[in-house]
Amino acid sequence: MASGEVKLIGAWASPFVMRPRVALNLKSVPYEFLQETFGSKSELLLKSNPVHKKIPVLLHADKPVCESNIIVEYIDETWSSSGPSLLPSLPYDRAMARFWAAYIDEKWFVALRNFLKAEGEEEKKAVIAEFEEGNALLEKAFIDCSKGKPFFNGDHIGYLDISLGSFLAWLRVTELAASYKLLDEAKTPSLCKWADHFCNDPAVKPVMPETAKLAEFAKKIFAKPQA
Amino acid sequence: IAQENTYTQTQRTENQTGLTGKMNQEEQVQVLGLWGSPFSKRVEMVLQLKGIPYEYIEEDVYGNKSPMLLKYNPIHKKVPVLVHNGRSIAESLVIVEYIEDTWKTGPTILPQDPYERAMARFWAKYVDEKVMVAMGKAFWGPESEREKERKEAYEGLISLEKEIGDKRFFGGETIGIVDIAADFIGYWLGIVQEVSGVTIMTAEEFPNLKRWSEDFVGNNIIKEVLPPKQKLAALFKTPFRSAATSG
Repeated sequence: MASGEVKLIGAWASPFVMRPRVALNLKSVPYEFLQETFGSKSELLLKSNPVHKKIPVLLHADKPVCESNIIVEYIDETWSSSGPSLLPSLPYDRAMARFWAAYIDEKWFVALRNFLKAEGEEEKKAVIAEFEEGNALLEKAFIDCSKGKPFFNGDHIGYLDISLGSFLAWLRVTELAASYKLLDEAKTPSLCKWADHFCNDPAVKPVMPETAKLAEFAKKIFAKPQA
Repeated sequence: IAQENTYTQTQRTENQTGLTGKMNQEEQVQVLGLWGSPFSKRVEMVLQLKGIPYEYIEEDVYGNKSPMLLKYNPIHKKVPVLVHNGRSIAESLVIVEYIEDTWKTGPTILPQDPYERAMARFWAKYVDEKVMVAMGKAFWGPESEREKERKEAYEGLISLEKEIGDKRFFGGETIGIVDIAADFIGYWLGIVQEVSGVTIMTAEEFPNLKRWSEDFVGNNIIKEVLPPKQKLAALFKTPFRSAATSG
């Protein structure tokens, strides 16, 4: 049943929280955004996600759904008659979307995070190599999945676009901090074009954090404590 | 070309309701797997529960990876891999959902209701990311980390004990994706605990999971898929011996 109030517990800076927000926008589902304060966890969050105590949590008629990609699938299945399908219709294409979404979270994002932590030339070089290997795989995956259309999901943004696109703001912040182009038109031209399309989509624009604001936030949370 | 042990599963299983007989080349289903791997067995369990015939190909993952494996899973170079209609799919839970999406006859592994599906996916992911990772490190990880990982695994089991409650299976009356994901806990864990002398899950502290594991392993189809206990015990004895001597 698609009826019932929708609330999302999250935070503006979190790429994981951005995922269900884009999905809800694509499905034109209104929701109340309950922002967590950085550094503390609300009673509602602890009650709604006792297992992980993490955002995002979708509350649909007060029933909680946790884990960003699982929430996106839930949104797609619940509001199936509204807006385009977020997952492809063919089983093989769906499997590819799920496979790459898992790869993005388990390998690609980890490599991105390691950029900010990398110290010294050797470590930086190794992290860059790992990351670029991943990018090359995703460039090919994009070509395979999109079949000439603007998004991984085809004509419209879908599950896999959301899973990767949600990291773009953080990718830009990392590029600034590392003074290194992580998404390079010369190396991954299709991904760069895709990133442009994704960021300019009306479902994405309102919830994509501004790079400058996010960079400030990153400085704050990654600041080394004073001795 | 690495030697392959193949055997073809064509005999009917009790619950088979789908098409049988000759499948043409395009429809052929192949599973690249490892006889002792719970991840590999997940795929075989679902295929057999749904009565889908397939060709099994044993992979020498730790020794010589076959050209077939490298071709069909170039990114992770791991098993299981499902090959269907000439295309390959990797990652056991992705494969399980693919099978569910593709073959519409036979029992379902996921609930119909979107909320229930989200819950099933949540717990399957929990088993993989929290419990399986910790279990792996608790028994086979670096010595210095094992105590910490044992605690992680134990905590994970507590959540699962609570989640199953007095349900017959995580999936309710019938086996579902969470039961399949938790196959290691249902079968392998007991054997590993016996061989290693390290116990994380006791019957006293986890009566629900103990009862569930008996029902799971006792299922007519599941029990045929599970690797033989003696063979697994022999496999597990070796790493523990070498860990003991390396100190």
